[in-house]
Amino acid sequence: MRGFSLIVRRDLRLALRRRGDVLNVLVFFVLVASLFPLGVGPEAELLRSMAAGVVWVGALLAAVVSLPRLFSADYADGTLEQMLIAPLPLAAVVLAKIAAHWLYTGLPLALIAPLIGLQYGLPADALAVLLAALLLGTPVLSLLGAAGAALTLGVRGAGALIGLLLLPLYVPVLVFGAGAVTASLAGMNASAQLSLLGALLAVSSLVGPWAACAALRVALD
Amino acid sequence: MSAFFAMGGYGFYIWGSYGVAALCIFLEVFFLRSSKKKS
Amino acid sequence: MNSDLFRFASPQAFFPVAGKLIPWFSVLAGVLALAGLYIAFFVAPTDATQGEAYRIIFIHVPAAWMSMFLYLVMAGWAATGLAMNTRLSGMMASALAPTGAMFTFVALWTGALWGKPTWGTYWVWDARLTSELILLFLYLGFIALKNAIPDPARADQAGAILALVGAVNVPIIYFSVQWWNTLHQGSSINLMAAPTMAATMLAGMLVMALAAWMYSIAVTLARLRSIILERERDAGWVRLQRAAA
Repeated sequence: MRGFSLIVRRDLRLALRRRGDVLNVLVFFVLVASLFPLGVGPEAELLRSMAAGVVWVGALLAAVVSLPRLFSADYADGTLEQMLIAPLPLAAVVLAKIAAHWLYTGLPLALIAPLIGLQYGLPADALAVLLAALLLGTPVLSLLGAAGAALTLGVRGAGALIGLLLLPLYVPVLVFGAGAVTASLAGMNASAQLSLLGALLAVSSLVGPWAACAALRVALD
Repeated sequence: MSAFFAMGGYGFYIWGSYGVAALCIFLEVFFLRSSKKKS
Repeated sequence: MNSDLFRFASPQAFFPVAGKLIPWFSVLAGVLALAGLYIAFFVAPTDATQGEAYRIIFIHVPAAWMSMFLYLVMAGWAATGLAMNTRLSGMMASALAPTGAMFTFVALWTGALWGKPTWGTYWVWDARLTSELILLFLYLGFIALKNAIPDPARADQAGAILALVGAVNVPIIYFSVQWWNTLHQGSSINLMAAPTMAATMLAGMLVMALAAWMYSIAVTLARLRSIILERERDAGWVRLQRAAA
């Protein structure tokens, strides 16, 4: 447990040192969300119906943008190899890095999203559902994202490739996450969608770290 | 015969479908053959 | 007896076997395709609601079935290679991917052309077409990842992990897309439902599906031979073969 929290704190400290990188991802998210109205026009009803989709697609893209850096710095300076042979199991190392990644990407994103929702004219209860859905869904993006980052480690063109690999796998999160907000807008209960997001979280917390560990071992051989 | 090709007015869609499928198959076999000759 | 079969896990041993199998499967594919097309155009009756347009089903459905089946087979071979560390399994997965992607594209294209006369529009976000589109991306991602990693052993292993993650996710993706589609389409689910299946229609689809399957085996084996020659090009037996040719 100590090793786990050590790595979480280490990654957070490193992320805070490179504050620019972290902020870039969040600014990217806000920017993407701001572009859509410029593209489709300011009509309030249209924007309200688009809001859920726009915020979620923005979250997916921001995740894809933030992921190459998850392992690359440690890979470049040999720390990753050290982590592989350290007494702490690789799965714990990977989970710790994923947790830190969510803390400096997914969580801030989920907290800013209601502001964007307001820009798009979402009512208060839809905003609450949006927040809940993002809090459940962004960890899934980090969990599966770690697998994508590990698979493309050190590969040329990893940035573009990681998007191609991850975005199809992100579709269920997008569908249920945006669906939750849409349901709330229609006056319905979003508990079904939120439960499904919870189920996705459970599945991805097994699949993501397994795949990431396997891929890291492949990359470091 | 021309009735067969017209397919009740849907000829474009039907032959467009089977035609593209046949083209894909032809291309796949063609590329396999040409890579075999190269090796 | 079992250990005899494992002999064919060696690329060198399987290479001539694949060569002998290809003609048989090609002929089977051709015969079945002719039979299937005959049923499709001359035996199956005209549909009451869709007219002749429904005949696209005889290429659309087999292509869609093959696209999904080949993905599972590809993931299966990739998993085998990962578990048993056999080079040939990874090569088999690589050989399957382009054909799988091709069938996915054909399913999408024929689906669009079927949609236009029946729904009035070329692209519809119905659950199956949308899932097929995502499946195409999964294939392309697999191919792209394999091509991006220079070391073939590492590429095989990374591809295998990706294929397995994809295989686990395909039912989840399909379920989520179907859920999304029914929510947005309301009660008009299954808009692309095949007309009530006359026996001849089912027979036609099955024969065409078998034809597609035989074709896939033939083409995959041919591609596998190409991959073997490329990957094992430094091996003595390959050099001998090149010198003899």
